[in-house]
Amino acid sequence: MTYIYNLLDLLLPFSWADYGFMKNALLAMLIIAPLMGILGTMAVNNKMAFFSDALGHSALTGVALGVLLGIKNEIISLVAFGVLLALIITRVKNKGSASSDTVISVFSSTAVALGLLVLSYGGGFSKYSAYLVGDILSVTKGEILCLSLTLVAVLIIWSLIYNKLLLISINRELAASRGIKTVLYENIFVIVVAVVVMLSIKSVGILLINSLLILPAATARNISKNSRSYLSVSVLTSLICGVGGLITSFYTDTSAGATIVMALAVVFFVTYLFRKK
Amino acid sequence: MSSQNGCGLCKISVKDVGVKKGKDVLLSSVSFDLFCGQLTALIGVNGAGKTTLLKSILNEIKHDGTVTFESHHGEKIENITIGYVPQHLDFDRSAPVSVEDFMMIGRTNLPVCFKKDKKQLKSIDEALDMVGCLHLKNKTLGFLSGGEIQRVMLASALYPLPELLILDEPVSGVDLKGSEKFYEVIADLKKNYHIAIAMVSHDLGIVKEYADNVILINKSVLRSGNAEEVFASAEFKESFFHGLD
Repeated sequence: MTYIYNLLDLLLPFSWADYGFMKNALLAMLIIAPLMGILGTMAVNNKMAFFSDALGHSALTGVALGVLLGIKNEIISLVAFGVLLALIITRVKNKGSASSDTVISVFSSTAVALGLLVLSYGGGFSKYSAYLVGDILSVTKGEILCLSLTLVAVLIIWSLIYNKLLLISINRELAASRGIKTVLYENIFVIVVAVVVMLSIKSVGILLINSLLILPAATARNISKNSRSYLSVSVLTSLICGVGGLITSFYTDTSAGATIVMALAVVFFVTYLFRKK
Repeated sequence: MSSQNGCGLCKISVKDVGVKKGKDVLLSSVSFDLFCGQLTALIGVNGAGKTTLLKSILNEIKHDGTVTFESHHGEKIENITIGYVPQHLDFDRSAPVSVEDFMMIGRTNLPVCFKKDKKQLKSIDEALDMVGCLHLKNKTLGFLSGGEIQRVMLASALYPLPELLILDEPVSGVDLKGSEKFYEVIADLKKNYHIAIAMVSHDLGIVKEYADNVILINKSVLRSGNAEEVFASAEFKESFFHGLD
């Protein structure tokens, strides 16, 4: 880590980069942004914007469960609950009795209410409010290491399942007729999304995480004609707005997460004006 | 590419295929042969079990009976390659997937956005050229017309070259010109590749013009033969015109 810090000092002779917390935040953003950019393309393809929103909201319950069960490291209960919820939603959705936005909404509101109920017990919610808006400036070395390992794992899994997911997102029946186990690949994907969302939520915050996942891909969709430009525009948008928003927030003294999302939103609307017809 | 294609003697035997859903019998002991180099049309009224039959052949649903491929040497193969062109494809038209991306999916395990392999790109060009869609290579899938999409689907169903090609109402909802173009390609395919083709169609005019064999089904096979024979049969009149006179 010392080596990386020295390198950053060398590369970035700016006042904001003098602070250790800004260096950590930058490193975290350099990992989270491409993760979100990559996964977002598939999440949008598979119409999962609302799903990932619900997943983010359920983080409250994940934390609450950790508190109830006395788990010291809330990341464990967060990820476990996220994965469980993601699989349940996908299963109920595929049963196809109610429409999927209704199903997701039911799970989402239940999870939020349950989380709030437990965490607010005895009036102590304020110490968990950091989860709502997130705090990338307080990211630790351990968390950065964990995120970078996640990035490597996601890249490997993603490259193995990409084509199959793409065909599933075009048409499920067609994918099934080609011998693709649609449920299996869908489950792998939602597990990956759940893990990444839960690991980033402390830095990005429940209220903003979905924007980081969906906006770069939505932006890329406005102007992309094929999968290559879709992916590269999404990752680039995510990186530029992520890093740019972080640095801007240092000078404007605003919430880093909110500044990043605003940057993403502006880019989205600009590309929307130039979208392919 | 299988060398067993192209002889006109190979056949795909559908034998005693039956499907039950709860207490309902959807299909019972359906048996027929599909010969390579021939187009066999499956016709029947709505709810006769045509789609169920296709799904059984594709092995997508649980069914009794077997589907086997028999080469002209008498050699039997259980797992045949089947190409499938679905009915009018319902998909997200704003998805940034080019025709080339789509064609690449079946050809590589690496993410299609990293594609580079010259040999595969060439095989895509050839496949698209065969269906007259080479000029659409770099277009986004969602910007194609109904007929163009079905021809791209056909091109993608032909890799790897199947022993059996299944068409499920391939051009329903496609305009006349698009539909004619599609069947021209099918006729070409029959001539040059001699794969067996099974097609479900409601359009009896198309069936009459293009099908070598016609199989009339309603839960089981009612009648089979060439188009004239089947269309003239009592079973056909009973199926399609029951209660009209």
